[in-house]
Amino acid sequence: MLPKLFFGYFAFAIIVLSLLVITRRNPVHSVMWMLLLFFQIASMYLFLNAEFIAAIQVIVYAGAILVLFLFVVLLLNLREELLTNRFISAWPVGLVFAGAIFAGAVSAVAAFVPNFSGQYTVDVINRETHTKALGQALYTDFLFPFEIASLILLIAIIGAIVLAKKRMRS
Amino acid sequence: MVPLNWYLMLSAAVFSIGVFGFLTRRNIIIMFMSVELMLNAVNISLVAFSHYLQDLRGQVLVFFIVTVAAAEAAIGLAIIIALFRNKATAHVDDMNEMKG
Amino acid sequence: MPLVMPDLKPITPEIVMTCLALFILVADVFIKRKETLALLSIIGMAAAAFTFALPGALNTTFGGMFISDGYSMFFKIVFALNVILTILISVKYLAVERVNFGEYYALLLFSTLGMMIMASAGDLIVLYLGLELMALSTYILAGFIRYDMKSNEAALKYFLLGSFASAFLLYGISLAYGLTGTTNLDRIAMTISEKGLAGKPALTLSMIMIAVAFSFKIAAVPFHMWAPDAYEGAPTSVTAFMSVGPKAAGFAVIGRVFLMAFPMVRAEWVAVFIPIAIMTMAVGNIVALSQTNIKRMLAYSSIAHAGYALLGIIAGTADGLASMMNYMLIYAFMNMGAFAVIIMLRSEGFKGDAISDYEGLSKTHPLAAALMLVFMFSLTGIPPTAGFMGKFYIFMAAINAGYTWLVIIAVIFSAISAYFYLRIVMNMYMKDPKETVTLTTSPSMGLALAITTVAVLAIGVLPAKVIYLARVAFP
Repeated sequence: MLPKLFFGYFAFAIIVLSLLVITRRNPVHSVMWMLLLFFQIASMYLFLNAEFIAAIQVIVYAGAILVLFLFVVLLLNLREELLTNRFISAWPVGLVFAGAIFAGAVSAVAAFVPNFSGQYTVDVINRETHTKALGQALYTDFLFPFEIASLILLIAIIGAIVLAKKRMRS
Repeated sequence: MVPLNWYLMLSAAVFSIGVFGFLTRRNIIIMFMSVELMLNAVNISLVAFSHYLQDLRGQVLVFFIVTVAAAEAAIGLAIIIALFRNKATAHVDDMNEMKG
Repeated sequence: MPLVMPDLKPITPEIVMTCLALFILVADVFIKRKETLALLSIIGMAAAAFTFALPGALNTTFGGMFISDGYSMFFKIVFALNVILTILISVKYLAVERVNFGEYYALLLFSTLGMMIMASAGDLIVLYLGLELMALSTYILAGFIRYDMKSNEAALKYFLLGSFASAFLLYGISLAYGLTGTTNLDRIAMTISEKGLAGKPALTLSMIMIAVAFSFKIAAVPFHMWAPDAYEGAPTSVTAFMSVGPKAAGFAVIGRVFLMAFPMVRAEWVAVFIPIAIMTMAVGNIVALSQTNIKRMLAYSSIAHAGYALLGIIAGTADGLASMMNYMLIYAFMNMGAFAVIIMLRSEGFKGDAISDYEGLSKTHPLAAALMLVFMFSLTGIPPTAGFMGKFYIFMAAINAGYTWLVIIAVIFSAISAYFYLRIVMNMYMKDPKETVTLTTSPSMGLALAITTVAVLAIGVLPAKVIYLARVAFP
C-alpha cells in the first residue's frame, strides 16, 4: 500500500509540474517548475533502486542543463514576452496529436507485463552497490557506446565555440 | 509493489505533455524544454523497465541519454544565442526568412 | 567482469576517422591556410577508405554492437565519397562566404564518423549515439554562417525537429527494450519470434515510433517540414552534404533495423511505409513545381527521391535493398554535381540561388550549363544517365516483389518531376541572359565536377558493375 501511495504522489506531482512547465507565460517560471520537476523525478528513481541515475538527474539535468536554459532565458526580452500569445493559433491541432499519442501509448502499455528477468536483482545491486554495478557495465559491455558519448561531448564543446563565441570574420 | 504499467502510463502522459508543448508553444526555449520533458518521460520508462526486468541495460541507456541531452542543450542554446545576435525574437512564428 | 580486449580490426576505419578528425581540429591552430586542412582531410579520408578492405575487416565486434559487413561497407563508401566531394566543393565557397574556419572540416569528418557508426550499428544504443553524433555535427554545420539570419534559422529548425525526432526514436527503443529485455538487433528479432511477441500492441507502437523517427531523418512526408528551410538556409556546401549523407545513413539504419530486428512484423511496417512513400513522392514532386529558389527546389526533389528509395525497403527483398543502396550511391553523385554548379554561381555579392539566375547560362557559360543539363537529366531519370538506372532497378525490384501498383504511382510522379527539372534546362538554353553571371571556379571544384559527371555518365552507360557491388555487398 505504502509504495502505491508514494507512486500516486510522484505521478500527481510530475504530471502537474509538467503541465506548469509548458503552460507558463514567463519562461523563467517554466524553468523553475522544471527544476522542481527534475527533483521529483530524481526522487522517484530512488524508489526504483537507481541511486546513480537519481544523482545524475540532479547534477546534470538540474545542475547543468537547466542553468544553461536560465542563462539563455535571461537574454530574452521578458517584458515583451509577457504581452504576446503563448500558443500558436492552431493549438487545438497540437492537442489532438498529443491526445492521440497519449491514447495510443496508454492502450499499448495497459496490459504490459515484464516477461524477462536478468541477473541484476535488487539483492545483487544492493550487495554490489548501484554505482559500481553500473560503472562495471559501462566500462566492459558498453565500452563502445561510452567512447562514442565522449565524442558527442567533444562536438558539443566545438559547437558552442563555433556558434556562440565572438570572433572576427576570416 | 507498484505494477510496471503504472510507470509506463506516467511516462506516456509526460511524453504527450511534451509533444503538446512542442507543437503549440511559440517560444523556442519552451519548445526545447518540451523536448527535454519528452526525454525525461523516456528515462522514466527506461528506469522502470530496468528495475522490473532486473537488467542494467535500460539505466545504461538513460546515462547516455543524459549525456546527449547535455550536449544537445549546449549546441541548441548556442544556436539560439547566434540567432538572438541577428534578430531579437524568441518566437518560432517570427522565423520567416524563407517562404515557399 | 574482466574486460576482454575487443577485436579492433572491424572498426579500423572508424578509429582512423576519429584520429583524423582530432588531428584536423588540432592542426587548425597551427595551419593558417585552410585549404591545406581540406587537402589533409581528403587524404586522410581516402586512407580511411583503404582500411575498408583490410583483412579481418568484415566481422562483428564489441559483443555484437558493431557489425562490419558488406551492407555497412557499401554505405561507408557512399559516406566517404560524400564527404570528399563536399570538401572539394567547399574550399572556395567558404572563402566567398567568409567563414573559412578549420572546424568546418573537423565537423564534416565527425558527422561522417557518426554515419559510419550508424551503418554498422548492431545495437539500438550504438545506433542512437551514432545518429546523435551525426546530427549534432550537422546542426552546427547548418548554422555555420553565424552572421546570416537564414543560416541561423536553418540550424534552429533542423535542430528543434531533429531533437523532437530523437525523442520519438528513444520512446520506440524503450518499448522494444521493455518487451525483449535487450537492445541488440539480432536478439530482439530472436526474442520476438521465440516468445511470440509479434502483434503485441506495445511492439507495434515501438515499431511505429522508430519508423516516425527515421522518417524525420530521411525527410519523408509528413515529417519533412524542417527540410526545405534547413536546406535553403544552410551554407550550400552543407546543404549538399546533408541532402546525401544523413539521408543515406537514415536508409542504412532503416534497412538494418526493420529487416534485422523486426522481420516478424513485416506486414505491419510495410503498411506504415507504403503511405509514407506515396505521400513523400506526391508532396516532394508537386510542391517542387512552384519553387523559385533552386536550393529549395532541390530540397523538395530530395524529399521525392527519398520516396523512390523507400520502394526498395518496402520490397524488402535482397534485390530491393541492393537497388536502394545503389540508388543512394547514384543520388550522391548527381546531387553533389548539381550543388557544385549552384555553388559556382555564388560569388562575392551575388547569391545565385534563384532559378531565374540560370536564364541564358548556356550563352555565357556553356560548359557549366552542359554539366547542369547532365545532372538535371539524371535527377529526372532520363537515359543514358545514372539516375535512370537507379530508378529502373528500384522499380524492377518493387515489381518483382509484387508492388506493381506502387511503381505505377512512382512513375507518374517521376513524370511530373520532369517539369521542374527541365524548367532549369529551359531557363539555361531557351532564354536570354538578363545579367552577366560570373562563375567562381577553382581546381578542386573542377575535380568534383569531373568526378560527378564521369560517374553519372559511366553508371548510366555501364550500370552492371555498381549493381554487382551492391548485390554482392548484401549478405
